[in-house]
Amino acid sequence: MDAEMARAQGDSGMRKLFIWLPLALFAVFFGLFASGLLKPDDRVITSKLVGKPLPAFELPAAASDRPGLASGQLATGQPRLLNIFASWCVPCAAEAPQLMALKREGVAIDAIAIRDARPDVDAFLARWGNPYARIGLDARSSVQIALGSSGVPETFVIDGQGRIAYQHIGDIRADDVPMILKRLEEAR
Amino acid sequence: MKAKHQRLILALVALAALIGAGLLAASALKDEAAYFYAPADVKSKGVEPGKAIRLGGMVVKGSLKRAADGVTIHFDVTDGKATVPASFSGIAPDLFKEGSGVVAEGAFDGKGVFVATNLLAKHDERYMPRELEGMSYNETTHQMKAEK
Amino acid sequence: MIAEFGLAALWLAAALALLQLGLAIGGLKGGRPELQAAIRPVAVVQGALTAMAFIALITLFMRSDMSVLLVATNSHSMKPWLYKFAGTWGNHEGSMLLWVTVMGVAGAAVALFERALRRDTHMATLGAQAAISLGFYAFLLFSSNPFARIDPPAPDGQGLNPLLQDPGLAFHPPTLYFGYVGLSVAFSFAVGALLTRQVDAAFARAMRPWVLGAWVLLTLGITAGSYWAYYELGWGGWWFWDPVENASLMPWLAATALLHSATVLATRDALRAWTVMLAVVAFSMSMVGTFLVRSGILTSVHAFAVDPERGSFILALLGIYIGGALALFGWRVGTVREGAPFELVSRETMLVINNLLLSVILGLVLIGTLYPLMTEAFGHKVSVGPPYFDRIAGPIALALMIAMAVGPMIRWRRDNASAVARRSMAPALVGLSVLAVVAVTSWGRIGILPFLGLVIALTVAVASIAPLWGRKPLRTPLFTWGMVIAHLGCAVSLGGMAADSAFTVEKLVAARPGETIETAGWRLRFDKILPVAGDNWTALQADMRVSRGGGAPVAIHPQSRFFTSPPTTTTEAALLTRWDGQLYVVLGQEADAGRWQMRIWWKPFVTCIWLGGTMIALGGLLALIGRERRGWTLKWRARRATAA
Repeated sequence: MDAEMARAQGDSGMRKLFIWLPLALFAVFFGLFASGLLKPDDRVITSKLVGKPLPAFELPAAASDRPGLASGQLATGQPRLLNIFASWCVPCAAEAPQLMALKREGVAIDAIAIRDARPDVDAFLARWGNPYARIGLDARSSVQIALGSSGVPETFVIDGQGRIAYQHIGDIRADDVPMILKRLEEAR
Repeated sequence: MKAKHQRLILALVALAALIGAGLLAASALKDEAAYFYAPADVKSKGVEPGKAIRLGGMVVKGSLKRAADGVTIHFDVTDGKATVPASFSGIAPDLFKEGSGVVAEGAFDGKGVFVATNLLAKHDERYMPRELEGMSYNETTHQMKAEK
Repeated sequence: MIAEFGLAALWLAAALALLQLGLAIGGLKGGRPELQAAIRPVAVVQGALTAMAFIALITLFMRSDMSVLLVATNSHSMKPWLYKFAGTWGNHEGSMLLWVTVMGVAGAAVALFERALRRDTHMATLGAQAAISLGFYAFLLFSSNPFARIDPPAPDGQGLNPLLQDPGLAFHPPTLYFGYVGLSVAFSFAVGALLTRQVDAAFARAMRPWVLGAWVLLTLGITAGSYWAYYELGWGGWWFWDPVENASLMPWLAATALLHSATVLATRDALRAWTVMLAVVAFSMSMVGTFLVRSGILTSVHAFAVDPERGSFILALLGIYIGGALALFGWRVGTVREGAPFELVSRETMLVINNLLLSVILGLVLIGTLYPLMTEAFGHKVSVGPPYFDRIAGPIALALMIAMAVGPMIRWRRDNASAVARRSMAPALVGLSVLAVVAVTSWGRIGILPFLGLVIALTVAVASIAPLWGRKPLRTPLFTWGMVIAHLGCAVSLGGMAADSAFTVEKLVAARPGETIETAGWRLRFDKILPVAGDNWTALQADMRVSRGGGAPVAIHPQSRFFTSPPTTTTEAALLTRWDGQLYVVLGQEADAGRWQMRIWWKPFVTCIWLGGTMIALGGLLALIGRERRGWTLKWRARRATAA
């Protein structure tokens, strides 16, 4: 303690308070940030839809050689995948091999193309492969929003009764494939 | 002694300024923070006319009408439980359509019509107003349903 | 190859930062200030490596290398070259790489050019800079690698948000980033000074040029960003109190306060602890702003991708650096001796008031920005909009302007109240007469804030040039000129804001081709609507001819543009600038058969807002040159100019 501090002894409690106040305030803000960041319902809209039936929709065909898609067609008694993609989306192309692999495993896959045009979808499928049974065109993203999907690609596991069993956000990587197969098995 | 005295005055002024600022912030936040309402909240809680709020829901199919001036539109906003009439003067965003989601900023007038000063309808593939999270949309009935 | 080279440069730079930190700790702990000589080259090479990594990423974007994930998701081969170039930092990974690049280069500059500091303080400063850099290197390398490849390569890119396809983007974010990150130098100086117990006037003198430089760039960045939002969004507004804008305003407010308190410390050796505190706060605000924008924790019109994982990473960095610096402050500030005393009527007091008001605005903006987060913790969804910010920032900013007008007229240390009153007589008279004129001509037609704004703007304009009175202009030091021009810029900017909100005329119409619209003395003849196409967009364009008084008609072309990848619509407002204001025309949608919506504003003196902002930055630049070369005057430069 130097002389300066000794002189300020009278208000040293006050001084201490001022010295540590910024750190205390920051701790409060930090807690606030952490709670805002970690609270799941902030971003994971999806978890609320798991276990719920699909919203009703009926979409026209997005590709020349595949029919369109209606929500009723997804309740077939067998679990299926519903893939949300777009021809203008790069990660969608990156996940195409994984979808083809899933199809070879005997998985039924339907798709919704977001804000797309038929020639673009045809070109995309010709280049990257076509694992889909049906492809609906969601030109205005309205079904995508109804599904609680916030981007492309996303993939839903639909159980036999047409309920959402699982939502996968982002592209399916090669090491996600066994997990997707397991989810499909669980949804059976 | 004198320096200390003056320091005290400065400290008091600073303290007064901080308290004043705190009060200003509290009162401004109380008046100006726009709470998010769904039409059902409006019906159940009531919103006093002139209070700035955000109203979110779906634009009811068939409700969109253009006034003769060409720049004013009237439409109804619904969340599946309640419906509220709204109007807007200006250039509506491209994605503002019947059956699409909307968040409108504005206030109610004396007659229960929501007068929007700004429409947010940015439903592109990456963005969705956070207030509309947790709502689902029924394509056949064109209704927005709150999941909570 | 280029991508791998960039990644290798980044890893190497990170390793050097670790070495730099280790050397600094070793040098300080072991009491071996001579290690400083070893740190300098390490810091310089580290800066050079980050610059190389950034150049590598620019090259990848320019070449449209679609085997790189970042390029494929953010660029497009059809894009004009300028936007390929600017696309480098128009995304999360690229902007974070820009962040560490600026940080590395700033560290190198401190190592190269900073000679005034004591050796151990210099070493501690470079150590602190390395410590901050390390966190951001880790962030880039572990969670946001900009050089990641995709296999197979994409056929073409996903494009870039059309809103971001604008020449403004090439200039605006890098300027802001240089400003944000430049403040990291002040932060490191503060940490270094606390560690080596060197908080004194010499520390402030060494730190001040760095703060000034960062502040000039922040000012320019904010001014450019405001103008960009003004003409690109088509809403006629120039500031929206959007979280992203607040994220840039908060560091600016802190830096402005720091600039002034550092001047007090450098000139009068007072406000020691407070200046150190502000140096910590200023860069903390940069980091908090980045966190708010990058984590997507607050949604905003500028919405970047939402990513909780990255958010957590930045949050952890925030906790370590801000928490650490504030803890260091609490622990060491007891050793900072009290500075020189000053009287109540003195320039020091005015600068304390300046700091107080800036801090209050900063705090209230921070609260308003975070309030939605606070209430959400309790289950309410709330948004805080412009009415809140206008109401709190308006009155305090006006009070601040008055302090700014009076401050430079008061002497350091001690002054006589009646002498001050005598010196402020002329500006006060101007203020009163403006008050009378505006009150008589526009009473009841304009709001109280714009009214006061106009009066104060003109008063301050006069008061701000008062320090030049009685001086020979060419013999006045350059930094005095800098202060005068920056303060005058504040007045000009305030005048523009007040004139815009007081006198703007807005007209909303639905018009047919062939009709003439009249508003605010302008005649706008709407000739036709026609489709036009650009590189990667198509548009509907209105051809209009506008005239005022008996003047010759001028052609303007507002557009509504449609971009193809990704599909988006934007409005391209038509702007017509005249000396006394701007005509702003937005084309909307087709209202019904043959009628088109148009929104027309006449905004008197709105351009003063950005002119003022540029003047503030110019003032800062002059002060920077003047401080670096003490005693430089215009005369000296004028003599040189004639000699050359």
